[in-house]
Amino acid sequence: MKSIHFAEEHEQLRTQVARFIDKEVRPAAPAWEEEGMVPREVLQSMGEMGLLGIRYPDAFGGSNAGPLSTVVFAEECGKSGFGGFSATVLVHTDMASPHLVHAGNREQLDRYLGPIIRGEQITAVAITEPDAGSDVAGLRTRARREGDSYVLNGSKMFITNGVHADVYFVAARTNPEAKGASGISMFIVEKDAPGFNVGRQLQKTGWLCSDTAELVFDECRIPAENLLGEENKGFYSVMQNFQNERLVLAAMALGECERGLEVTWDYVRGRKAFGGVLSDKQGIRQRLAMLEARVNAAQQFLYHVGWLMEEDIECTKDVSMLKALCGELVNEVMYTCQQFHGGMGYIQESEIERMVRDARIHSIGGGATEVMLEEVAKRSLQ
Amino acid sequence: MKILVPVKRVVDYNVKVRVKADGSGVETANVKMSMNPFDEIAVEEAVRLKEKGVAEEVVVVSMGVSQCQETIRTALAMGGDRGILVETDDELEPLAVAKMLKGLAEKESPDMVILGKQAIDDDANQTGQMFAALMGWGQGTFASEVDIQDGSIQVTREIDGGAETVKLKLPAVVTTDLRLNEPRYAKLPNIMKAKKKQLDTLSPADLGVDTTPRLKTVKVAEPPKRQGGIKVADVAELVDKLKNEAKVI
Repeated sequence: MKSIHFAEEHEQLRTQVARFIDKEVRPAAPAWEEEGMVPREVLQSMGEMGLLGIRYPDAFGGSNAGPLSTVVFAEECGKSGFGGFSATVLVHTDMASPHLVHAGNREQLDRYLGPIIRGEQITAVAITEPDAGSDVAGLRTRARREGDSYVLNGSKMFITNGVHADVYFVAARTNPEAKGASGISMFIVEKDAPGFNVGRQLQKTGWLCSDTAELVFDECRIPAENLLGEENKGFYSVMQNFQNERLVLAAMALGECERGLEVTWDYVRGRKAFGGVLSDKQGIRQRLAMLEARVNAAQQFLYHVGWLMEEDIECTKDVSMLKALCGELVNEVMYTCQQFHGGMGYIQESEIERMVRDARIHSIGGGATEVMLEEVAKRSLQ
Repeated sequence: MKILVPVKRVVDYNVKVRVKADGSGVETANVKMSMNPFDEIAVEEAVRLKEKGVAEEVVVVSMGVSQCQETIRTALAMGGDRGILVETDDELEPLAVAKMLKGLAEKESPDMVILGKQAIDDDANQTGQMFAALMGWGQGTFASEVDIQDGSIQVTREIDGGAETVKLKLPAVVTTDLRLNEPRYAKLPNIMKAKKKQLDTLSPADLGVDTTPRLKTVKVAEPPKRQGGIKVADVAELVDKLKNEAKVI
């Protein structure tokens, strides 16, 4: 039992996810890295296991579980060692589809949520633009009402699942006069909406089996009933889900840390050097031991924040700290793990080489470290 | 029919086992534990028989420390109906387990008991056979195929020379081999539902069994480390070494 907060069902979930990843992900994912996407059948198998609707109502096939279950799930995805796989799945479950569940009306839930939980329809969330990321208030994509439709114009950038998703949750400005955060609305856009195009698939440093796109909306017409939540109030629902996004990314990062340390302990135990093995060297073993200590400490913090969210206790400051901490820590861990792999760590056939590339995004995506620290500092100075 | 499935909590198959520093056994503190993989196959088979309408009830039992409840819950999440834990902190040998199973079988009157052919911790491969003998039931061990007919089971067994088929009268004991099936993943909604399924706890005394070990462990040691190899000059030297040093030919 890793934490006082976990119950039996969390451990069982952990075991099942770990087994799935061991059997269905790790052996197959190198090919997905080449192809640039996770096969849809894999996501459907995860849907069958109930992993794509952990927190969603059981009426739609979900499991009504809480944030701690999500934490376990994201950690185990992270442990796969394939950041692109984790990103594909976790964007669908915890960054895109929550917009529907939080703000969707009965008709919208009936139409989309079942297929989303079964993995038949994969989702993406399109907020970031070439000139607006963490600063959501700076969005330029416009949506204007025309009779029974909305017409969207603009472009979105760095959209995970952007190439192959079926349903997109898109933020656009509905009131051009309103300044900053107000005047933004969320919309449901299906992949075949007229005027919606995938501009290009973006080539990334890591996360190679995750598809990332620039999206273009050129007089993209969607039915008016695809407005998600209230008009002009979209910013608040975006903000609401940011907490969960940060929790999930921290959990994923720590899963990666655990895996990175595991493969590195293994490597230094076997690698011969100077008449012994690398793990005989105190300089090496102690640095790994300290990293392991820091990862364990961060894990306990993660579980605590998961519990705060489970109890519905306001924790913006905590979750921002956690995201900043883990996004940086995973990079430190991977740097050192690669260092101790020596030349092998620079070769693409070693697991750690990929994990180093996959880790880099953690201090950037889903709220850069600097942005997270401002969330913390603002509150410390209050 | 009613099926009883005994399951054992063992060190997870992915864990590299380590011998305790004092040589008294294998380290299990802070080690990941899970259901014996052969027992998982037994649970899967029982649940499939239930899904086919052949069985009405699948009762999962385990023996050992209170954490064995987790193992039972996993089996319930796979589709078992209810569980029984015989709770004890004692070390359990196959004969004690077989005797307790006898007590449970007399209480529950199952038509079939299906369990793993062995557990991956001690690899004893005895419990199923001992239990069958105590009950005076037929046994189909190392099953790679199980076919229930009217009042009997046809079991295809994996044996050294190939496969053997035996027909057993019910009630009977079946022990599972790897090829019998591939166990399913427990789905999260079922994990949540399994929390509410009935799980009773008994003690060995309730079944009238004395679990005192009959064997004494003298010492547990790691296998000797593999020695580095050497290069030989030619075939003659190789044959010579195989004959005179390794003494294998």
